Amino acid sequence: MWTIAAKDLRSEFRTREAINASLAFSITILVLFSFAFDPENPDIKIDELAGGLLWMVYSFAAALALNRTFARELQNDCLDALLAAPIPQSALFLGKTLANFALLLAIEILSLAAFGIFYHVNVLEHLASLLLVIVLGTWPMAAMGTFFSAITVNLRLRELMLPVMIYPALVPALLAAISLTGGLLHGDPLRVDDGALKILVSFDIIFTSVAVILIDFVLVG
Amino acid sequence: MAQQLKYGLAVVSAALAFWVVYLVATTLPLEVQGVGAYQNFYFHVGSFITAFSGFFLGLAASILYLKTGNFKYDSFAAGVNEIALLFATTGLVMGSIWARYAWGVWWAWDARLTSMLLCWLVYAGYLMLRTSVEEPSTRARLSAVLSIFGCMIVLFVYKSIDWYRTQHPSAVFGFRGGGGFGPGIMYPVLLAWGSTLCLGILLAMVRMEQAEMSREIDALRRQVHSY
Amino acid sequence: MSAALEVSGVWKYYGDFPALRDIVLQVNAGSTLALLGRNGAGKTTLLRILAGLSKPSRGSVTIEGADVRREATRRKIGVLGHGISLYEELSAAENLSLFAKLYGVANPEKRVEEMLGRTGLERVRDGLAREFSRGMRQRLAVARVFLHDPEILILDEPFTALDDRAIAVLQSLLNEMHARGRTVIMSTHQLREALELATHVAMIQRGQIVYAGERRQEMLDDTGWLYRTYGEA
Repeated sequence: MWTIAAKDLRSEFRTREAINASLAFSITILVLFSFAFDPENPDIKIDELAGGLLWMVYSFAAALALNRTFARELQNDCLDALLAAPIPQSALFLGKTLANFALLLAIEILSLAAFGIFYHVNVLEHLASLLLVIVLGTWPMAAMGTFFSAITVNLRLRELMLPVMIYPALVPALLAAISLTGGLLHGDPLRVDDGALKILVSFDIIFTSVAVILIDFVLVG
Repeated sequence: MAQQLKYGLAVVSAALAFWVVYLVATTLPLEVQGVGAYQNFYFHVGSFITAFSGFFLGLAASILYLKTGNFKYDSFAAGVNEIALLFATTGLVMGSIWARYAWGVWWAWDARLTSMLLCWLVYAGYLMLRTSVEEPSTRARLSAVLSIFGCMIVLFVYKSIDWYRTQHPSAVFGFRGGGGFGPGIMYPVLLAWGSTLCLGILLAMVRMEQAEMSREIDALRRQVHSY
Repeated sequence: MSAALEVSGVWKYYGDFPALRDIVLQVNAGSTLALLGRNGAGKTTLLRILAGLSKPSRGSVTIEGADVRREATRRKIGVLGHGISLYEELSAAENLSLFAKLYGVANPEKRVEEMLGRTGLERVRDGLAREFSRGMRQRLAVARVFLHDPEILILDEPFTALDDRAIAVLQSLLNEMHARGRTVIMSTHQLREALELATHVAMIQRGQIVYAGERRQEMLDDTGWLYRTYGEA
């Protein structure tokens, strides 16, 4: 599992193709959002929109980065070599998920800084809680993204099918993450008994398990 | 035999539908919310119940396919999920018309509506996946996985719904009992459900036969190419 | 001799189309089997099932008595498919040590250097795979397959894609495998090369085995003999 993750990350840092593109893309979206409403207008309460804005940026950037994950294995039929190796498919899945997770986190933390600067939002006030929410919200993006990449990897319309399938599947997690992030950026501390937090954590656990169970059927048939 | 069953279902479905319309037109009081809107409510509810029955049958068939590898289950899941999506669509459209009169808007971002739309998107993705895989075994396997996964997502959304506020009248059959309506409407709702269910079974049967046939055609094509 | 690999009653369906029909095959330890057949006859499908990359619709494949999808079994197999299965952004040594780790090779660094030496890649060990010439990539792919010293080697069309030097490397490694009593299964179009190495031959036609047995002298003398005798006109 760690071997697979390390391999993916090493390949990624050699080229930096996914990370550069996603980062540039998320900055672009941040700039575009400033045209949708005027950040200097005092009537607009940015901190109420902030959670949604931030996760929109994250999920767009994620789709871009995730398209690469199994496509990289497809080149030269690498996936076959990994499947033939004596490792369980779930380790393959979790390894690739971990690599994507690390990649997405890096992109997100950088764009969080850009977000704070562009929109005068104080991201430092509850930074630890905010990072926790980002971690909890990014894990399902990485796991579902990897799972659906595995499904779509051999399809003709791979780049189109991935976003079509992944966003509806992520909505419960995204909704919860948006609501939690919005609260934190508004200045409210994170509460353990928050319903959204419970939803987010249970989504992470349930759907990671479901994906691990189903991945065998996806990869070998 | 199957042919007669299909005709039978068509007749029963039409008869029940007429019965509902008749009841609505003659005996039931017109609600103040609006003329012509309230009536489709019966079919709105019936459509959704049929749709959900379909999605659950699709889930069961998908699990069975992955367990047994029997293509009959795949064709069944394909037919049932597709028709369920059709009924979810009509349910949404009728709900939207109803909402226009009851709430004054075509669409409200209410939790139940949103999750229904989400469910619709999940299964639309399922159909897109089916059309984009050509090899029947791969198609069956991947779409079975997606059907199971999608159904889990929909269930999760419905579980988490209590946390969000909802302005939708609570479900007629129910988790929270009674709903916001009088007992008088149960009768036509059941009739409308029967009607949509018969129509749903009929359409699912047709689609299932088509799926079986297209697999046969694919096999023949491969046979020809192998010479 | 015991059967290293046993295929019993394997069927593979693509939808309703049977790509493999009731394949029964026994490969003894130490033999080299050449799997012959036309394009689309089912060679690749069968090899993928043997390698555990695909599941049979019916029937079973066992390697030394154990199911092929078990991890301990997969460790004994080496697979070289149509693609070269290398990561473009990793160096030669990194590619090999990745698979050495996945296969749990004892003393991986030493083994990686040894295989780089065998395939003549030690001078470019830190070069990225994408910078390699076609022949170098092929030799690296060959090195990857032999890395964990597999007991059974499954090669799909090994001679078609390779250049002369890679073929020479592969042949010397295969001969060495054979001398050590290892089992090799390969599908091929290149009848002469394959038949020279083979001890056994199996011919597959439209998903069925039409001939399975020892390699005979007639096959070497006249490569068309097999197709004329067992195939259709």
